[in-house]
Amino acid sequence: MPQTLEIGYGGSERLTMNMGPQHPSAHGVFRAILTLEGETVVGVDAVIGYLHRCHEKLGETLTYVQYPSIASKTDYVAAMTAELAYVSAVELVGKIEVPKRAQWLRVLAAELQRVASHCLWLGTWCMDMGGALGGGATVFLYAIREREDILDLFEALTGARLLYGFHQPGGTRYDLPAGWAEQCRKTLDRVERRLDEYEAMLDDNAFFLVRTQGVGIISRELAQEIGVSGPLLRGSGVNHDLRKAAPYSSYEDFQFRVPVETAGDCFARYRVRMVEFRESITIARQVLDGLPEGPISSRPGVKSVGQVRVPKGEGYARVEGARGEVGCYLVADGGPKPYRLKWRGASFSNLSVLPHILPGVKVADVVAIMGSVDPVFGEVDR
Amino acid sequence: MTPLTAADAAARLREQFAVEPTVDGALVTVPLALEQWQAAARFARATLGCAYFSFLTAVDWKEQGFEVLCRVENLDARVAVFMRTRLAPGADRCPTLTGVWRGADWMERECWDMFGVRFEGHPDHRRILLGEDWEGHPLRKDYAVDTPHAPYR
Repeated sequence: MPQTLEIGYGGSERLTMNMGPQHPSAHGVFRAILTLEGETVVGVDAVIGYLHRCHEKLGETLTYVQYPSIASKTDYVAAMTAELAYVSAVELVGKIEVPKRAQWLRVLAAELQRVASHCLWLGTWCMDMGGALGGGATVFLYAIREREDILDLFEALTGARLLYGFHQPGGTRYDLPAGWAEQCRKTLDRVERRLDEYEAMLDDNAFFLVRTQGVGIISRELAQEIGVSGPLLRGSGVNHDLRKAAPYSSYEDFQFRVPVETAGDCFARYRVRMVEFRESITIARQVLDGLPEGPISSRPGVKSVGQVRVPKGEGYARVEGARGEVGCYLVADGGPKPYRLKWRGASFSNLSVLPHILPGVKVADVVAIMGSVDPVFGEVDR
Repeated sequence: MTPLTAADAAARLREQFAVEPTVDGALVTVPLALEQWQAAARFARATLGCAYFSFLTAVDWKEQGFEVLCRVENLDARVAVFMRTRLAPGADRCPTLTGVWRGADWMERECWDMFGVRFEGHPDHRRILLGEDWEGHPLRKDYAVDTPHAPYR
């Protein structure tokens, strides 16, 4: 990348500006080396890897029993779906059955997680875009309040608020505690009510519209070619949601809509996520209404770290996480550990679209676009 | 026009490249010779409509060499094509797919970073997750997990 500083006159000077890795709008640790002409971005070099822990090597050195709770540290904002991707791959290659009740519990956990994750996205994104949106931190504090309620539910369910270890090959580790379902219904009702309040604050807010409409457009072609997924793909007019396109964990049992917007801008991604909030709540209610009886795991509880063995084989399992397609490609050699584990992180692919859409935008829009991508750097860097 | 099925895709790949694809549900797995890698990618994109780039990675089969894998999808027909090719033992060069899908850019950089597979023709062949001064490629099987590296020597 050019490291040039050409000072001239007439507005044609180029300036190299460093943004991050400790930038508050970086949502983690992301460095963008921007080349600017005036206020316009003409080039971007994205630097990632600050959170790299080599999860794929870790996966090769830890057993199928040990790794699921580490898997949650890839996408730590949506740990439930990250764990689910790993155990799904183990179950696919190992041909391990999952009881119906466990499948429904997984759906419940995944949908609550999506709501919690979208709360964090909405809050931090509005904070990035600053004072015009009701004092900057207002939406953030509201959204974080709702997220806390859902983390309370997760704490009651698993004992942990961020990294759960809820899934295990063959099912889930915990069943719903007494009184949990009622608490969950109350929380869902409250969150649903408050979504109306967020929309009242944002949908007709002139500042919000100016900062999001027509900003950061990802075309349908670019979205597919880069391999972005989740709300980014659906905001660019592609009707693709793994819960519908390739149902896993009994998603075919539930009624829900997949929102699709065609504009491809920040506002389209906002609308997609706001509808997803409500659809996730609908799915969670359906789980609570019809949760089948039965065992929560087809395998006994953990007695030793090497007790799950997967026969020789390979497979790619994927789930629709809050940020899109989270997948694990797993090669097993018959032992207690994988021979190879590849993480397809949704955030990695989503973030890699930035160098293609940032050139040409104003520097102030960079934070709005980055927030609309909703990257989690644990999953980008893995 | 009837939508493409996995069986159609497999038949067309077999006809075009004289390979033996396997079909499992909506997934077509196609083993390719290294010389066919780019041509098969262009065929998947243009003829089979696989516009969606899912991921690209490698597996280190030790003395048997590296295997490079690439998964792409036709989202309208819901057919996925999983291309795989073997590099010769000891070889570390593979043609780039960045000209076919721009999404291959970061994935190939990651593959270079982690496995030391060079993608010939890649426009920006740098490491991506590790620093430029990192020694070795961690996902190679001969790279021990406790390989010392500054500042943790």
